[in-house]
Amino acid sequence: MPVIWSLLAGVIFGAGLMISDMVNPARVLAFLDVAGSWDATLMFVMAGGLAVTIVGYGLVLRRAAPLACERFDLPTKRRIDLPLVGGSALFGIGWGLAGICPGPAFTALPTLEPKVLLFVGAMLIGMIFANLWRSGPAKQEQPPVKTSPELA
Amino acid sequence: MAGFAPVSGLIGGALIGLAATILMLTIGRIAGVCGIAVNAMTDYDGSGRLWRVAFLLGLPLGAMLVGAAGLKDWSHLQFQASLPVTVVAGFVVGVGATFGSGCTSGHGICGLARFSTRSIVATATFIAAAVATVFVIRHVL
Repeated sequence: MPVIWSLLAGVIFGAGLMISDMVNPARVLAFLDVAGSWDATLMFVMAGGLAVTIVGYGLVLRRAAPLACERFDLPTKRRIDLPLVGGSALFGIGWGLAGICPGPAFTALPTLEPKVLLFVGAMLIGMIFANLWRSGPAKQEQPPVKTSPELA
Repeated sequence: MAGFAPVSGLIGGALIGLAATILMLTIGRIAGVCGIAVNAMTDYDGSGRLWRVAFLLGLPLGAMLVGAAGLKDWSHLQFQASLPVTVVAGFVVGVGATFGSGCTSGHGICGLARFSTRSIVATATFIAAAVATVFVIRHVL
């Protein structure tokens, strides 16, 4: 049952964001503010996350297939292109403006804080907008973008 | 706001890594929140939608469980940006992460853990851009 597994992964992911206080935009901005009173907590979150994932992926990807599906679905793109760099730069600007990125945005929804609700709404609109642009008429001959494997 | 918290940071980070590992082990997918959200909305035949929606619902559910266990609460959260800036930020984050094929989770955790060159470039780029943005807002303007 893929749904049960992804729900479990989401719950653990959200618990991690809550425990590490990454749901708190002030905490994230304090990390990004290297010229202010710098808070290195985010670096420890990344270190903890990377340590477990490097070992976890290292073990899991030796298998021929995942447990509940036929195959691993990994990004296949290799090229460093303008959408990657330009998109990431834009994403960074947005992240720096409010201290919120997609994971914590969904995770903080139960606060019912208007800023969170509107952030998520605007983010989803931005995603649909960018996705339509990417798969616009000029690029119709390319493979369809839905469930695109390059999307990490 | 509470100060530097390396231990809860490491524990929370390890849980995020565990979640990413579980998703790969069971259904062979990258735990990138942006990609999951985009594809949940655009996967029109619906077959790949259910697991993605379940993952996204799990995020707030996990946080509420942590709250119910009394480990953390929401009260200290501070949203320092104004409402209009927050809305603009949300839109820019959505557009940027979609074009950039990932965000902090997809590139910053899953991609780096696979030693993907694209994810290394993306992560360095968005952290630099975010640091520059905060610097301009707090120390220049």
